[in-house]
Amino acid sequence: MSSAAEPTGLPDLGPLKPIPGPSPLGGGFKRAAELLYLIGLTDFRKVYFNTTLGYAWSLARPLMLFGVLLVVFTQVFRIGSEVAHYPVLLLFNIVLFGFFQEATTMAVGSIVSHESVVRKTQFPRLVIPLSTVFTSLLNLGLNLIVAFIFILAFGVSPTWTWLLFPFTLVLLIVITCAVAMIVSALYPRFRDLAIIWAVFSTILFYATPILYPINVVPDTLQQILLLNPLSSLFEEMRRYVIDPSAPSAVEVAGGWLTLLPAIAIYIGTCIFAVWIFRREAPTIAEQL
Amino acid sequence: MSTDTTQNEARTKLAQGAVLAEMLERPVVVEARRINKTFRIPLSKVDSLKERITRPTAKTSYRELRALNEISFDIHQGEFFGIVGRNGSGKSSLLKILASIYRPDQGTVRVAGRLAPFIEMGVGFNPELTARDNVVFNGVLMGKSLRSARRGLDEILEFSELTEFADLKLKNYSSGMMVRLAFSVMAQADGDVMLIDEVLAVGDASFAQKCMDVFQEKRAAGKTIILVTHDMSTVQAFCHRAMLIHDGEMKYLGNPEEAALGYYRLNFDPASFTNSLPNSESGLVVARQLNARLIEAKVLDSAGNSLASIEQGQPINLRVKLEAARRLESPKVTINVRQLDGPVIFGFERDLQATVDDGDHITLAGQIDHRLLAGQYVVECWVRSDRNDNVMGLQVMKLAHFDVRGATGAEGLVSVDSDIEAVIQRRSVDE
Repeated sequence: MSSAAEPTGLPDLGPLKPIPGPSPLGGGFKRAAELLYLIGLTDFRKVYFNTTLGYAWSLARPLMLFGVLLVVFTQVFRIGSEVAHYPVLLLFNIVLFGFFQEATTMAVGSIVSHESVVRKTQFPRLVIPLSTVFTSLLNLGLNLIVAFIFILAFGVSPTWTWLLFPFTLVLLIVITCAVAMIVSALYPRFRDLAIIWAVFSTILFYATPILYPINVVPDTLQQILLLNPLSSLFEEMRRYVIDPSAPSAVEVAGGWLTLLPAIAIYIGTCIFAVWIFRREAPTIAEQL
Repeated sequence: MSTDTTQNEARTKLAQGAVLAEMLERPVVVEARRINKTFRIPLSKVDSLKERITRPTAKTSYRELRALNEISFDIHQGEFFGIVGRNGSGKSSLLKILASIYRPDQGTVRVAGRLAPFIEMGVGFNPELTARDNVVFNGVLMGKSLRSARRGLDEILEFSELTEFADLKLKNYSSGMMVRLAFSVMAQADGDVMLIDEVLAVGDASFAQKCMDVFQEKRAAGKTIILVTHDMSTVQAFCHRAMLIHDGEMKYLGNPEEAALGYYRLNFDPASFTNSLPNSESGLVVARQLNARLIEAKVLDSAGNSLASIEQGQPINLRVKLEAARRLESPKVTINVRQLDGPVIFGFERDLQATVDDGDHITLAGQIDHRLLAGQYVVECWVRSDRNDNVMGLQVMKLAHFDVRGATGAEGLVSVDSDIEAVIQRRSVDE
């Protein structure tokens, strides 16, 4: 028996390889993708199958906001009546911005709330903020179905430009991921970021053409709003999906050059996100 | 044959150095070179943007804590390697570096094959998910691919005997079921190198034993195991080699007995240790060098075969062979029996009243009549010797563990005889 306790014929484990160390994608891309899928799906199922109202409840949120804003802006301020298909435009915008806001707000505390896996397993750090985006994206998919039903019901006819919508959506997802990475990486260091981000994303809500189309805004303010990369994105999405006659972001800006700062901010945010996350990821477990 | 006997035989071989020598011939599967890690602990923590912005020039001052200093070692294939040290010694930081959770400031770690870390039981368990989903997620977390995690699912559920509760959410599990599930995930993990951090601390003694059985199986299957612990009896019973870390420095690497001895020396302040001794004498200190080495320790049946468990009421037949590691003036040997991870239940001392030279063998054999109830027990041995300066050098060694079988329904550790009778006086009805 004693000889059986000692192994005979050991398997060949191959050469020694340096361990990956803590990193954004620790353990390889495939593993990160699998974990992203599992976590995103888990969180999504938690929302939809574990509450009594499930899907209806998560849909109720944008619909209720939509209802309130619709009343305010068509009955009280009346700007809505001057804009073509205002109700569906409002719903469409709220659903899209809701995705950005939900994903980034959940991302802020995400690494801290996944503390146990971060501190006790070799967990690809990047998966955590991206999973909040992934979950919100699944949510967005379901909300968009409802939004498109409304869009058709309100008499907007489908055009070929609908095919361009996915491209703008990808741009929105990319910037959402970038912001999610930044806030999640900085939160363990700066714990007041949760409050700051809540305020900042509310400011963004008003500084993005969601409640109003950008062409109704006075010129000087328009230039400021165009610094916000989301402004151009939302304008383009409006033009592709709801109102093909609406001016493009370039037309509103009066030329490509005016849009350059916004493009620079967009690209800069993405680069900063990658840089800060790569810098913070290896030491994040120690900061918790 | 049970693992206990296997252990003892393996230990016997270990003592002879044969196993160890062969082990060190094998390929290296974990190589650590000059690992350094310093933590900067801020004296006044700036953890808000507000402070950073309102006082941008304020320098945060740090206290440097050297957690690990130039740690290098090789671990060979199939080895059971212990990392021991007190709390705060740096052993957990080292573990986290090996597990790719912390990044070392300097130094490299290279591993052959797949490394599966177990830093805590059931890490990442989500109470809102079913056992099935949790097991799959945990498998991927521990480094399996999604496909192989799904393939291994049924096996894990079967092992945990929880198959019928597979679709129950974890929040509805009892804590016992939860531990069983977490344990099964660990037991069924198939990493080539397993990194284990005091998971044994959770659960009761029988659970700890179950863990050890699994480790033993893994070891037999040629897996390499790195165990971080401060339980010296585990180290002495299972490890081929052990490393002692203290204040971030590697103090010792080699024989687990020596490592344990070093640990006791660092850990027990002599004053409190004296109190736990029977017939406590003053001036007792933990020996600075080895008093004796263990050659073999066995619990035997009447025919002389090794046993891992005995029937309740049967005597313990003990046979212990020690080799003096230095010249001992009238050594005293104390044999204690304690509950596994529990208190000493009884002990007795033998005074040898002779001088033993380095290399001499001491055999202690005989029968212990006892009244232990069913449970798990450990025999340990203290070898003490007078030193020139009138202090006693004490060395603690773990000898064997054994189970006592039987079920009487009695509470406690030992059985007693009693003639207590119960008498009932009826209240008379007319009153």
